[in-house]
Formats: sequence, structure tokens, C-alpha cells
Amino acid sequence: MDVLKRVPIKEQEPIERIHNFDEVCFGYTPDEAAMEAQRCLQCKNAPCVKGCPVEVKIPEFIQLIKEKKFKESYFKILETNLLPAICGRVCPQETQCEQNCVRGIKGEPIAIGKLERFVADWFRQNCEFEFSKPQPNGRKVAIIGSGPAGLSCASSLAKMGYEVTIFEAFHKLGGVLYYGIPEFRLPKEVVEWEIENLKKMGVDFRTNMIFGKTFDLEDLKQEGFDAVFISSGAGLPNFLNIEGELLNGIYSANEFLTRINLMKAYKFPEYDTPIKLGKKVGVIGGGNVAMDAARVARRLGSEVYILYRRTEAEMPARKEEILHAKEEGIKIVELVSPVRFIGDESGHVRALELVKMKLSEEDSSGRRSVKPVHGSNFVFEADNFIVAIGQSPNPLVKKAVPDLELNPNGSIKVDESLMTNIEGVFAGGDIVTGAATVILAMGMGKKAAENIDRYLNAKKHENL
Amino acid sequence: MNEIVIKQNIVPNVWLMGIYSPQVAKKAKPGQFVILRVTETGERIPLTIADFDSDKGIVFIIFQVVGKTTSILSTLNIGDSIADFVGPLGMPYEQDSNDKSYLFIAGGLGIPAIYSKVKMLHSQGKDIEIIVGGRSKENIFFEEELRKYCSSLYISTNDGSYGQKGLVTDILTQLLENGKRYDEIFAVGPVLMMKAVVDITKKYGIKTLVSLNPIMVDGTGMCGGCRVKIGNEIKFACVDGPIFNGFEVDFDGLMKRNSYYQDLENLSYKEHKCKIGLGE
Ligand SMILES: Cc1cc2nc3c(=O)[nH]c(=O)nc-3n(C[C@H](O)[C@H](O)[C@H](O)COP(=O)(O)OP(=O)(O)OC[C@H]3O[C@@H](n4cnc5c(N)ncnc54)[C@H](O)[C@@H]3O)c2cc1C
Ligand SMILES: Cc1cc2nc3c(=O)[nH]c(=O)nc-3n(C[C@H](O)[C@H](O)[C@H](O)COP(=O)(O)OP(=O)(O)OC[C@H]3O[C@@H](n4cnc5c(N)ncnc54)[C@H](O)[C@@H]3O)c2cc1C
Ligand code: SF4
Ligand code: SF4
Ligand code: FES
Ligand SMILES: [Mg+2]
Repeated sequence: MDVLKRVPIKEQEPIERIHNFDEVCFGYTPDEAAMEAQRCLQCKNAPCVKGCPVEVKIPEFIQLIKEKKFKESYFKILETNLLPAICGRVCPQETQCEQNCVRGIKGEPIAIGKLERFVADWFRQNCEFEFSKPQPNGRKVAIIGSGPAGLSCASSLAKMGYEVTIFEAFHKLGGVLYYGIPEFRLPKEVVEWEIENLKKMGVDFRTNMIFGKTFDLEDLKQEGFDAVFISSGAGLPNFLNIEGELLNGIYSANEFLTRINLMKAYKFPEYDTPIKLGKKVGVIGGGNVAMDAARVARRLGSEVYILYRRTEAEMPARKEEILHAKEEGIKIVELVSPVRFIGDESGHVRALELVKMKLSEEDSSGRRSVKPVHGSNFVFEADNFIVAIGQSPNPLVKKAVPDLELNPNGSIKVDESLMTNIEGVFAGGDIVTGAATVILAMGMGKKAAENIDRYLNAKKHENL
Repeated sequence: MNEIVIKQNIVPNVWLMGIYSPQVAKKAKPGQFVILRVTETGERIPLTIADFDSDKGIVFIIFQVVGKTTSILSTLNIGDSIADFVGPLGMPYEQDSNDKSYLFIAGGLGIPAIYSKVKMLHSQGKDIEIIVGGRSKENIFFEEELRKYCSSLYISTNDGSYGQKGLVTDILTQLLENGKRYDEIFAVGPVLMMKAVVDITKKYGIKTLVSLNPIMVDGTGMCGGCRVKIGNEIKFACVDGPIFNGFEVDFDGLMKRNSYYQDLENLSYKEHKCKIGLGE
């Protein structure tokens, strides 16, 4: 075995997987995992841990894999990361834990994410979830939104003895984990298992409840909630604001992925929600959302082009997903920026006018900016376009709490303890940070739980 | 939850249902709508809140069977439950307290969308006139209910089987030509009808509101599928609307967007009819 190289992991062949929505990566077997764990140097100062936003005890859990103590390893990860099966799959490891791995200096870094995922999958398949209910402390917390921030906050609070209710606008739970990230990257079964466990812990879930429409802060107070955690995500799709964006055949990535993931339009007509996609599809953007949209479109049988303003090197998407997309035959058109959509008389889009872009020298922050090249416009024909240029916080929450203080970009303003300007109301996840990552959202949910506990304990003392 | 407690066949193909949903009934205001999903494999469709009873926790919807989802919904009975029922969505109807006289125009399934507004304005002592129109006598419903809340009710049918033969806009033109004036005109119905109304009222400079019906998925502002052009801006009808200033609406764009899935919708309806033995 070459210690500089990772133990290879089995994946579905590109030629097969573009015809199904099954998970691409099969994950390690116990032996493979133990072998990969052997490569870990058990560094004393463990730089990998510093790269992880929630400081997973990486050398410790890997050591336990080495010893094939998978259950113990799972609980070791759980000490700081509630959702290892999910983070192991979707974290941008190459810029976090794995980027700092000492093994990476000469060879390939330890496959920390893949190991994390292995342990969690092993546990899910081999063990029963057990939970000894703590003594209820008689206090109630309401959580708005069932994405990773809300789920982790609920879990932490439930362990402390709180009575927790999660209110979710949709008919399905999990937030972006359910309606955004597709099945072939994150099987819904994994998300559902986590949610079932929360239910076993006594967390109450109420779907079809929209904060700002179905209920507001006043209703929560009347129902006796002592504190509120808002984790409603960044769900508002950004558009390009260029000519022709109203044409048929142009989807926001949110609409496209919602139709597919939440409404199962890829199973139409067994499922009633339709989706229409022609032979050739252009996806605008370079992040995870663009990759997911492109790869879904590929699986629906289209020829797919990613249209990106910069070059592949600057794409914010995870490297692994860019690689997977390319393996699946998706083409990347670099250095182009949309100018206007062109449609036919029936109101259907036929093409997108693009202008070529040029990268400038690195600025002081090391980022290279782009400028349009005058007169380089050209027309890119396609049957559909998917706009994946980011999401902003949805303004609905503001309607539920008119006094809530926001930042200029519409995100919720919080202090160090994640409390908003309204006492007892906390916020975290994408609604605070803007579109970010699962692990950050999860970390904030946990931190909010600790602060909610501190706040309510202090309040109790005041009242005595 | 979401139990059907009232079901009535109002006119052929049009049903009224009362759904037990206390949380929606408690917050509902005239002008808002719900999104519902009938079954676990179903789609999400929007329907106007025709009326609501906050005390009893009942929300009333009126719908016409036009495709698969409305067809399945119409086969459910009292005691059955709907998988999901969420709301109230959209911005409530906002009235200008200075306005005193109103003309409501409802074409086809526009009647549910005017009913609760008319009722509310009547209770405030406003002067209300109403034009309702349909293809034929059997498409006109709620006549008695509406009469209670207005000073004049005008009816038109395309085939002349009831009321005046012609379109709602014929009556509108006559009223305006005869010197009638209103502080506000509110039109709701097929897009072509709303467009025709606005073309007329624009000439008279009478404030005209319309309630739009683009294709929706979530109804909470997160997909952008319901986007419509209002003036020079793109708005999401589910959160910014569905009521807009008629003078600013790009009706042609809306009409095109509404037809996008027509072929697939027809296919899914046809398959459904075959399955239940109604197919040709
Ligand atoms: C397509 C896609 C791919 C991504 N890929 C990755 C990836 O590979 N790796 C990674 O780390 N991150 C990825 N992300 C980002 C990551 O998913 C988010 O940062 C994360 O989910 C944010 O978590 P959250 O809990 O703050 O919000 P969300 O996951 O957005 O959950 C918010 C929840 O609140 C609900 N809600 C909203 N408004 C209301 C309301 N008014 N009332 C009640 N409920 C409400 C929503 O329906 C939703 O369920 C991706 C995002 C997308 C969209
Ligand atoms: C705000 C709003 C309020 C509405 N209120 C009422 C009402 O009170 N009574 C009523 O009968 N109808 C109402 N509609 C229209 C109703 O939503 C459609 O008739 C219904 O979705 C048709 O579904 P279907 O599967 O039976 O028919 P389909 O065959 O799928 O569709 C028939 C037509 O309905 C429209 N439609 C289809 N899917 C959607 C969708 N997801 N969202 C919106 N429109 C769609 C399209 O124009 C389509 O051509 C309203 C629509 C909106 C947007
Ligand atoms: S949670 Fe993410 S960043 Fe942290 S160790 Fe796991 S994969 Fe790495
Ligand atoms: S830096 Fe790499 S080798 Fe060192 S402990 Fe962390 S994972 Fe192991
Ligand atoms: S229906 Fe999705 S934004 Fe309006
Ligand atoms: Mg339908």
C-alpha cells in the first residue's frame, strides 16, 4: 500500500449513474476504512481539527476506526458533530479539515469526510439509536425551519431537557438537505433517519406552518414558548435581472431542484408535478447549487453546459462535485456573463446572449476580478436555462416580527450569543450568514442551544 | 387536520368545500389563498380562500375541475382529509379608506376571489356593484349570496342563456359610457378578461386591481416560478401579490407562462382518467 495515496473508494460509473438518481459514492467497507485510517499520523497538534468549523475530534475518531471500534468512533464524532453522515458527504473538506492534514503535504490528505461518513453509515446500519430522556426542565423552545441549523439546535436542547417544537413551512422536513441537495449526493434516507431520531428524543415537528403567515411571534408567546430560534435559511432565489428572464423554459435553481427533490417531478406522471427539459440546457453559476442543477439535468437526459463568469479554478463548488460533473459529461464554459435571453413568439427561451470575460491580475486579497471584453458578445442556444447565482434571505420572517433588526442584505442581525435585537429570540444558519454551508449552520444551531440555555437559566434566577 | 367538513356541488364541475384548518382560518384575510396537496404523490396547487369561519376553524374553497388534481380533490368526501393544506398565503386585499364606491367584475371562477372582499366592504357600508359572467347559465353561481352584499348585480353569459348575452366587458363599457363612475374596480377571472377590463378602465383612469393566477409551486417566495412583470419590475405573485395594480401587469407574459405545462398536464389528466375508467 502506498501511504501517500488514499484507499480508493468505489463509485457508480459515470455512464451508469447519469441514468439514475442513486448515490454516486458507495462508501468504504469496514476493511477499507480501517486501511485508510492506518494512514493517519495521529498528529499531536492535529491541524486537521482546526480546519473543521465544529472541531470534530479527528485523530481520536480515526484511531477508533483503526481499532475497528466503529460504534465508539461514532460517539466520538457525535461529541461535536450531530450530523456526521450528512457532513461526511457534503462538507467542502478540501478547504476545511482535509486542507490542513499533514499527510497532504507530500501526498493525499486522509479521507476524513469519507471516514466520518463510513462510521455514521455503519452505525445507522448496525445499531439502534438509543436515547435516555433527561428530566424535563419544564421549558419550551420554538424553532423555525427544519434545516441543519434547526435540527442541531433541537437536538442539543432536547438533550438538556427542553420541550422542543420545530415549525416547518414545507410538507417535508430537512430544509435544503431535503429539497436542495439531490438524492445522488445525499440520500433522503440519511436525512430521514436523523429526523426519526429527533422524534424519538421527543422533538415535536409541525409541517405546513409558515412563520409570518400561519403564525407569528405573538402566537408563540401565547403558546408558552420561553425562547425562539429562527433558522429559516436563505431561500429567496436571485435572478440576473436581464431582459427575457420571464420567458418559459428558464428556471431558478430553487424551482428546478424543488420540483425534482421535493415534488419528485422526475417520476412524472407517477408524481403529479411536471418538469420540462429539452435536449440542451445551460446552467448559469459556479457553486454547489449550479453543480447540483447541472447533474440533475444530465440525469433527465439533457446535454448540459455550465456557464460561469470566471474559470473553473475560481468556482466555489466543492472540487469533488466539479470532478463528478465533468465525469458525467457536463461541459464548463468559462469566462462568460449573461447579457439577455432571447425567446420565440410562443414565449419560450431559445438562446442566451453572453459576453466574454477577462480575468484581471490578483488584487490585494488575492482574488482576481473579471471584466467584460467589449464587443465579444455571442449567442448560446439552448432549450432551457437554469439560473443558479445564489440565494438571499426570504423576507417572510421580517413580516412575522416587524421589529426584527436586519443587516442591509436582509440577513438577521445577531449578537455574539446569536440573540437578535428581540429578547429571547435567537437566529442562526443561512438566515444570519447568508448562503453558507451545512456544517456552519449546524454549528450555529448548537451554539444557539447553549446560549438559549444560558439565557433562560439567567432569567430564571432573575425571577426568583 | 385538513378534514373536509362541507362538500357541495354548486354548478356542474364546480365544488365548494369547507376544510377544517383552525390555524389557517384564524389568520385568513380577504384576498389570500392556500396551497394544498391532495395526496402523497400529488402536486401543490393554489386555491383562493373564498370565505372562512375563524370560530369554527373552517376555510372555504371553491374550485372547478380542470385537470388531475382538481379532479381527485372533487372525488373526496366529507370526513376525508387532504394531505397538506397551508396558508394563508399572499398579501391580503388592502383597501383605501377613502374609497366609497366599488365595481367588482368576476368571470368564471373569479367569483370565489371576490366573495370575501365584497362581504367585508359591505359590512363597512361601502357601495358595491358586481358584474359576473360565464359561458352559460349553468356557469353562474352564488347569485343569491352576492345579491345580499351589493346594490346592483349584472350578469352576462356568452350564449345569452342568462342575463345579458355577451361578455362582462360589454356591461362594463355600457356602465361607464352611461356615466357611472367608481373609486375602485376589482377584476378577477381569466387573464384575457382581466386584460380586456384594464384596457377599458385605463381610458377612464379608474383605479383597477386584478388578482393574478400564475403557476405556483411553494407559494412562499422560494422558487420564483410565479414571477410576473409588474411595471418594470419582476414580482413573485405568491408573496408580493396575488393582487396587483391592473395598469402595470404584463398580461401577455402571464398568459404565456400559464400555458407552459399544458401538454404535460393534459397527459397526466388523461392517464388519470384511464386509470379510473373514464378514459376514452
Ligand atoms: C442545491 C444546494 C446545494 C448545496 N450543497 C452544499 C454542499 O454540498 N455542502 C454544504 O456544506 N452546503 C451546501 N449547501 C448549502 C447548505 O445546504 C446550507 O448552507 C444549509 O442548508 C443552511 O442551513 P439552514 O438550517 O440555515 O437553512 P435551510 O437548510 O435552508 O433550512 C431552512 C428551513 O426553514 C424553512 N423555512 C423558511 N422560511 C420559513 C418560515 N417562514 N416558516 C417556517 N419555516 C420556514 C425552509 O422551508 C427550510 O426547510 C447547498 C445548498 C443548496 C441550495
Ligand atoms: C392565487 C391563485 C388562486 C387560485 N384560486 C382558484 C380558485 O379559487 N378556484 C379554482 O378553481 N382555481 C383557482 N386557481 C387555479 C388553480 O390553481 C388551478 O386550476 C389548478 O392548479 C389546476 O390543477 P389541475 O391539476 O386540476 O389542472 P391542470 O390540468 O394541471 O392545470 C389546468 C390549468 O391550471 C393552471 N395550473 C396548473 N398547475 C398550476 C399550479 N401549480 N399553480 C397555479 N395554476 C396552475 C394552469 O394554467 C393550467 O393550464 C388559482 C390559482 C392561483 C395562482
Ligand atoms: S464536519 Fe466537515 S469539516 Fe469537520 S471533520 Fe467532518 S467533514 Fe471535516
Ligand atoms: S492532520 Fe491528517 S494525519 Fe494528522 S491527525 Fe489529522 S487526519 Fe491524521
Ligand atoms: S410559487 Fe414559488 S416563489 Fe411564488
Ligand atoms: Mg395539475
